Amino acid sequence: MADQPMARAPSAPLAPSAGALARFFDGDVWHSFKQSPTAMVAAVIALVCVVCAVFAPWLAPHNPQDLASLQLMDARLPPAWVADGQARFPLGTDDQGRDILSALMYGARISLLVGLASVVLSVVLGVGLGLLAGFVGGRVDSFIMRVCDVMLSFPAILVALLIDGVGRAMFPDAHEALAFSVLILAISLTGWVQYARTVRGSTLVERQKDYVQAARVIGVSPLRIMRRHVLPNVLGPVLVLATIQIASAIITEATLSFLGVGVPPTSPSLGTLIRVGQDFLFSGEWWITVFPGLVLVMIALSVNLLGDWLRDALNPRLR
Amino acid sequence: MAAPLLEVQHLRVEFPTRRGTLLALDDVSFSIAPGEILGVVGESGAGKSLTGAAIIGLLEPPGRVAGGQILLDGQRIDNLPAEAMRKIRGKRIGAIFQDPLTSLNPLYTIGRQLIETIQVHLGLDAAAARARAVQLLQSTGIPAAGQRIDQYPHQFSGGMRQRVVIALALAAQPQLIVADEPTTALDVSIQAQIIALLKSLTKEQGAAVMLVTHDMGVIAETCDRVAVLYAGRVVEIGPVAAVIHSPAHPYTVGLMGSIPAMDQEREQLMQIDGAMPRLNAIPPGCAFHPRCPQAMDRCRSDRPDLLPAGATQAACWLHDSKVAA
Amino acid sequence: MLAFVIRRLFQALLVMLTVAFIAFMLFQYVGDPVTNLMGQDATAEQRARLRAELGLDQPFILQFAHFIGNAVQGEFGISLRQGRRVSELIAERFPATLELAAVAAVIGLALGVPLGVYAALRRGKAVSQLVMTVSLLGVSLPNFLIGILLILVFSVLLKWLPSFGRGDVVTIGAMSFGLLTWDGIKHLLLPAFTLALFPMALVLRLVRSEMLEVLRTDYIKFARARGLPDRSVYFGHALKNTLVPVITIAGLQLGGIIAFAIITETVFQWPGMGLLFIQAVQFADIPVMAAYLCLIALIFVVINLAVDLLYFAVDPRLRIERSGGH
Repeated sequence: MADQPMARAPSAPLAPSAGALARFFDGDVWHSFKQSPTAMVAAVIALVCVVCAVFAPWLAPHNPQDLASLQLMDARLPPAWVADGQARFPLGTDDQGRDILSALMYGARISLLVGLASVVLSVVLGVGLGLLAGFVGGRVDSFIMRVCDVMLSFPAILVALLIDGVGRAMFPDAHEALAFSVLILAISLTGWVQYARTVRGSTLVERQKDYVQAARVIGVSPLRIMRRHVLPNVLGPVLVLATIQIASAIITEATLSFLGVGVPPTSPSLGTLIRVGQDFLFSGEWWITVFPGLVLVMIALSVNLLGDWLRDALNPRLR
Repeated sequence: MAAPLLEVQHLRVEFPTRRGTLLALDDVSFSIAPGEILGVVGESGAGKSLTGAAIIGLLEPPGRVAGGQILLDGQRIDNLPAEAMRKIRGKRIGAIFQDPLTSLNPLYTIGRQLIETIQVHLGLDAAAARARAVQLLQSTGIPAAGQRIDQYPHQFSGGMRQRVVIALALAAQPQLIVADEPTTALDVSIQAQIIALLKSLTKEQGAAVMLVTHDMGVIAETCDRVAVLYAGRVVEIGPVAAVIHSPAHPYTVGLMGSIPAMDQEREQLMQIDGAMPRLNAIPPGCAFHPRCPQAMDRCRSDRPDLLPAGATQAACWLHDSKVAA
Repeated sequence: MLAFVIRRLFQALLVMLTVAFIAFMLFQYVGDPVTNLMGQDATAEQRARLRAELGLDQPFILQFAHFIGNAVQGEFGISLRQGRRVSELIAERFPATLELAAVAAVIGLALGVPLGVYAALRRGKAVSQLVMTVSLLGVSLPNFLIGILLILVFSVLLKWLPSFGRGDVVTIGAMSFGLLTWDGIKHLLLPAFTLALFPMALVLRLVRSEMLEVLRTDYIKFARARGLPDRSVYFGHALKNTLVPVITIAGLQLGGIIAFAIITETVFQWPGMGLLFIQAVQFADIPVMAAYLCLIALIFVVINLAVDLLYFAVDPRLRIERSGGH
């Protein structure tokens, strides 16, 4: 009856989310996570990298971007455990006296930032276009799918390079923020196709279902239908894709930066560090390029493994 | 009585899994005389196909023969090294599988597949092998064999493909054919033709057949004797007419009763309550006892061997002559 | 089948037109088309003349047609950075990239297919596991990092192989070959391996998984049941069925190789088209970028078409013929 209070009234605003959290830890996904040592190791590594990156300004022993603090005397020092190394610079220094460990942290920060931003943009773009294609159908759908096909037949790196190049041509004296934006746009335009296809597929399936037809008959706006019904069904695969794509976005950014057309030189990412370090390989200063390389690989591998695990965990057929 | 061509003695096939070992065939014994057609009938999962696979030595790992023997012409074949077994396959024991669509390699002409088999076993040169291949195709009733020999499997209809499969199985003139549900995937109108073909060709060559199927109609038409499998065990075996008209085991009774017959007036199809037990949940004693309308106390604890029961043999305590009725 | 070919050709044409359109837009609107065509050293009169010739106030379609006309003849104007004709630059650099890509493709296939077959047949054995681990690294590590790693090991530590440039080449007609000199081969090894690792790993994993699938099919079971020897079963029946789907992927990888050559050429300073393109991107050299884009698109489209046709040739099921009766 209307005047009966609900059996379980939320006691505090926090209670519903606490319930959701409890459900998550009880659920299949967490259980599968605990059972997979690979996933746990990958998660730990990824977490460490992310924490170091995010909190770099506080965690890093030195600030590599503070040009005033650099001393040429400290240049080209090897890692602390090799003779001539100093404990002050655990992983050695580069040719300008910058601490490699700190440079790594700041570099990872940039890499992660660009990677994440690109993926978010990719997802928004891809999901949006996928929903549009699936829902509206017809020529819009055909057109979008054609574009997808063509884009898929070109390697990502080429597309990214092209957009980056055009961006540079159009804004030759761009300042940092713009350069970053162009870069993020370039990378995100290489990744959206997967999401578009997946979402379009799901949308087409859902669109046929009775409850969607019913909603349309009542007059519910297509946007609302898409948001409330199609989207939740699609989130799983999109999440898996996004996780794997973060690794690929980070690597694409690293590649672009390595090629000299990525992040601006004032904010070096891991790719930039590797590029700079390559010149010193022959003089024996291997650490300048090897450590950034290692970190890049660690991040990419751990995120990939997490994505793989997530895909298996969310796949109802494998349970 | 002539010596049997094939003897299966106390065969056990098991599948080790992470959750323990599953016994898929438990003490299965039967024999096939030269030129005889033995039907092996049972529900899905009863172990019919596994028996065939064990005989030709193509059990899918991790399945393996865990006990018993298989003898061909008095010689043990279940423990032969791989190369020796390979020589027997095709040459002395042929096999036909269920789905003609997937039994043939789609990328090779049927001629190539036939000639290859002929050359491996009969050592003929290319021209002679081809001539023999055309002859084989003709004998299986494929028209214009001389031209069709160069066509690909997808250019044949289902029934035609199964004829090609039969030709392939008979190419080296084996003594025994293991036919695993050869007509299940075919249209009903074609089934009769294929069965008739199989019967006539094997009779011509004097080959014995182990015909595995779940279709009692085919059994009735074709076989000399029939073995009924249930939960990996033989529950009844005997001449076809006897098993069909006077079944001795309650399961067989139920099977025969559940076949609709045009000359009987019945309002409902007879059915056996319950379902065949899963491999990891086989009851002790007689595997059929939970569903058996005539189950006795003894059936729950002691597993019956095959006992003589009139014209057939049945693994059922009802026919234990030592027990007073 | 003819209908199929015509349809694919039409699609290819459509893609080329789209790419040409993009290139055209770059040419006209990003930077100055006159400068793009004449270079920065042209005089004011020359510019005026060209402007009139180009008819920059003419309808869009005409300008586009003009552009296509030029493009088809390979005329893409003057490189902003180097002041030379783009077509000359590309012709100069193309052989280097072609040689690198070809050698990488051969290595990728020659190693990938046999190793994949081995990994499928000897599944679970130690060497097999090792091969699979290496292939995992091959698909996950970025191209440039592999290159640097190889340089570190083979050039810096072991000092066996050089790490940049092309070494001695022999020029025959329009094509130059490093393969014909010992020095050239030494210079070719590291870059070719770097470029080959990803496609090799991909092909390896694909061949292995396809082969495992094929080995589970009924026709393989039937082949064994007929007593065919292992060699015929594995390398006669199974391998052929495995390779059919692999052809498509392998063919497409060829396109990928040419694109990834950009990175490899940068790592090793290999004087090819890829390096040219990167330098063009760094300097916003539009004519070179546009030309490279069109050329790459052409190569991709041709490869795609060739792979489709190859598929037809290999899989008899795709050839629509009248089937026989019952």
